[in-house]
Amino acid sequence: MAFDYEKWLRPNKLPHIWCPGCGHGIVMKGLIRAMETLKLEKENTTIVSGIGCASRLPGYIDCCTLHTAHGRAAAFATGVKMAKPEMNVILVGGDGDGTAIGGNHFIHACRRNIDMTYIIMNNYIYGMTGGQFSPCTPTGHKASTTPYGNPDPGFDIAKLAIGAGATFVARGTAFHANQIDKLITEAIQHKGFSVVEILDDCPTTYGRRNKFKSVIEMMNRLKEVAVPVKAAEKMTAEQLQGKVLTGVLYKEEKAHYTDEYAKVIERAKAAK
Amino acid sequence: MEKKLPKIEIIEKYCKGCHICVEFCPTKVLEMQGFVAAVKNLEACIKCMQCELRCPDFAIKVITE
Repeated sequence: MAFDYEKWLRPNKLPHIWCPGCGHGIVMKGLIRAMETLKLEKENTTIVSGIGCASRLPGYIDCCTLHTAHGRAAAFATGVKMAKPEMNVILVGGDGDGTAIGGNHFIHACRRNIDMTYIIMNNYIYGMTGGQFSPCTPTGHKASTTPYGNPDPGFDIAKLAIGAGATFVARGTAFHANQIDKLITEAIQHKGFSVVEILDDCPTTYGRRNKFKSVIEMMNRLKEVAVPVKAAEKMTAEQLQGKVLTGVLYKEEKAHYTDEYAKVIERAKAAK
Repeated sequence: MEKKLPKIEIIEKYCKGCHICVEFCPTKVLEMQGFVAAVKNLEACIKCMQCELRCPDFAIKVITE
């Protein structure tokens, strides 16, 4: 049976602003399916975003939403979680918003292990602002500000999140649409800061400059580079060259900030 | 036994013509008609729902019994 997405969408908001073939819509559908699977209540779910193409997502979903300043999704979301610890807080954003402009907020949200879920749609570029290179643009690839090729190595968001202290890190791709909702479901269920990186395609500002002829070619590239974690165990380092691991990459049970802060409140009350 | 066919609904107002559904349909049920996707060969549909799952624009619904 066709999935009822309308239940979670704001009426009269579609069609959305994303370009033809942009994977953000696929990720949004995955998020909606995950929220439906977990039977989240609209009044008890907040989606927070910064600025950018991916950050337009909360505008279409019918629940509590917050569209904030560039890169500051994690900061605002922390505020929401502290004020209402029972709220399910989901952050969405792009690679530029999350790891460059909001990089500091991102690593500290990881470090504090706040019980939130961050979905980063990594399309390797700043799409909305005109195709400038982001920290995730691969070396040698072109952007509007690196017309002769990007000299910098790109960030590995998953490794960054693990290093900074996030307790659940997963990666999927827009091509593997079926996997997206499973990863997001697991991430929301996890107690602690969970990061889900979804490799995405930007046909307009990234594909066009990097000789991808069509959306299909970009989708096929995602299909080719993705290797599930279990399959990678049997592969040699040579075979894994240029590949990206997908699936749940890291999981750890650890005390999380919201619980710890509740204990601080208890201690402060007892001291009076 | 007669095969029960699904109903594939394409919301033309939402379709942006990205070709994803047409390319990734394993049995080539869909085709492009101008700028929007359309059903070409419904008999071949195996109800795998890949088109509905992958459509970034909420434009396809595969309605099965």
